[in-house]
Amino acid sequence: MNLSLVVWRQKGAQTPGRFERYEAKDVSPDLSFLELLDVVNEGLITQGIEPIAFDHDCREGICGSCAMMINGLAHGPQPAVATCQLYLRHFKDGETITIEPWRAKPFPILRDLVVDRSAFDRIIQAGGYVSVNTGEAPEANSIPVPKKDADMAMDAAACIGCGACVAACPNASAMLFVAAKVAHLGRLPQGRVEAKQRVDQMVDAMDREGFGNCTNHYECMDACPKAIHVKAIAFMNREYRFPRRKPGT
Amino acid sequence: MRLTSSLGRKYVMALSGVLLLGFVVAHLAGNLLVFAGPEALNAYAKKLRLLGPGLWAARLGLLGLAAVHVVTSIQLAIENRRARPQPYAVVRHSASTLAGRTMVLSGLLVLAYLVYHLAHFTWQTAHPAVAHLTDSSGRHDVYRMVVLSFQQPAIVLAYVLGVGLVGLHLSHGIGSSCQTLGVTNERVVEAVRRAGRLIAWALFLGYAAIPAAVLLGVVA
Ligand code: HEM
Ligand code: FES
Repeated sequence: MNLSLVVWRQKGAQTPGRFERYEAKDVSPDLSFLELLDVVNEGLITQGIEPIAFDHDCREGICGSCAMMINGLAHGPQPAVATCQLYLRHFKDGETITIEPWRAKPFPILRDLVVDRSAFDRIIQAGGYVSVNTGEAPEANSIPVPKKDADMAMDAAACIGCGACVAACPNASAMLFVAAKVAHLGRLPQGRVEAKQRVDQMVDAMDREGFGNCTNHYECMDACPKAIHVKAIAFMNREYRFPRRKPGT
Repeated sequence: MRLTSSLGRKYVMALSGVLLLGFVVAHLAGNLLVFAGPEALNAYAKKLRLLGPGLWAARLGLLGLAAVHVVTSIQLAIENRRARPQPYAVVRHSASTLAGRTMVLSGLLVLAYLVYHLAHFTWQTAHPAVAHLTDSSGRHDVYRMVVLSFQQPAIVLAYVLGVGLVGLHLSHGIGSSCQTLGVTNERVVEAVRRAGRLIAWALFLGYAAIPAAVLLGVVA
């Protein structure tokens, strides 16, 4: 198939960027989107053009690196996949595809499609961990965890920190990311101990980074490659107000 | 919980919004007395005016809520703009709605309409010709003020636009406030969104029924 790519090119954080158009001729529909960029880059290198910089690592949807906006949608048009798991068969032959970096003030562009997502790391450092010593694994039935809690914790723990929620949010809000961490840790007994300080500190850190404020559009949930549900945001809203809660509620 | 944080101010938005919604519902209930005839409406209006200090307390409360709601919303909206200084070249929406994305605009237009609405019915300066009538028992004739007003198409147009904007604002606002207050979960979040839209439509149709009835001659 043939595709036209309109790609954001930007040399460095301080240099202005612009869109460039590249043709991908006769590519297999079975290529992944990142493989398409690899193919295009090989062509650019032979022409003496600087290849398109983009983040990638695992290429199997677990590292959260492959951040890019594809035709206005974070990680492209397929639900619940990262860019690395998106295939060209989901596009039409002859289609023009616009590729942009995540756009949010707390995610400055480093080069082309690569943005600095260390704002997320600083939010995690502010409270996205469990520091209580839990000792050895206890006897399995001595600390019962209600199924509702286990389910939400596991669903939220699927977050790979890719930043698609921020990229897709009309307000560039990081609510779904922070809520996923708060729900993942706060709904399990080990994480419960620090629940109150965790949500306070993580929300403060999120605000310090300059993310926008959630207005409940739910674009984040549609964009999330792990389909993390906005119920996590409702949970964080509860947790912020009433940090005491009984398991299973 | 800090009320000045992003989440804290969202709470302020949701709580003030829900309380204002309470007024919108109560106000509609009062207005629908127009269908019960001049006696019922004028007596109700008189009772409200006789509340005296109670009426002023309610007015100041509403003014305070509106001020908090508007100031907070503008602050949040400015921060949201700043969080994305460079817009995308291609913008696609999948989950959000037009109503949700235009909350500041619909809110500010509601505010503008509200000033006109108060000038019309409360301060009675916008359309004085229909405003200063008395009924046979010497009460302010609110009923005739409403009927004579809504016999004028321009007034009806402004009114329907105004309540339409309130409906648009609430079609996102009701569901959104439930999520902000944390009362939703996976099972109900979509239903809450739909219920919010339904309630907003019901409120719009309820308010719009009054000029419609006047134009159709059902209320005369
Ligand atoms: C009849 C009067 C009004 C009512 C009943 C009302 C109701 C509401 C409700 C229930 C919400 C949802 C809160 C949430 O998302 O948690 C809301 C949000 C909002 N309101 Fe109003 N509102 C009114 C007037 C206004 C006015 C005059 C403005 C002027 C700017 C305004 C601006 C906003 C904005 C920007 C939001 C979205 C805030 C956010 O989601 O963060 N509203 N409103
Ligand atoms: S490259 Fe790791 S998630 Fe896509």
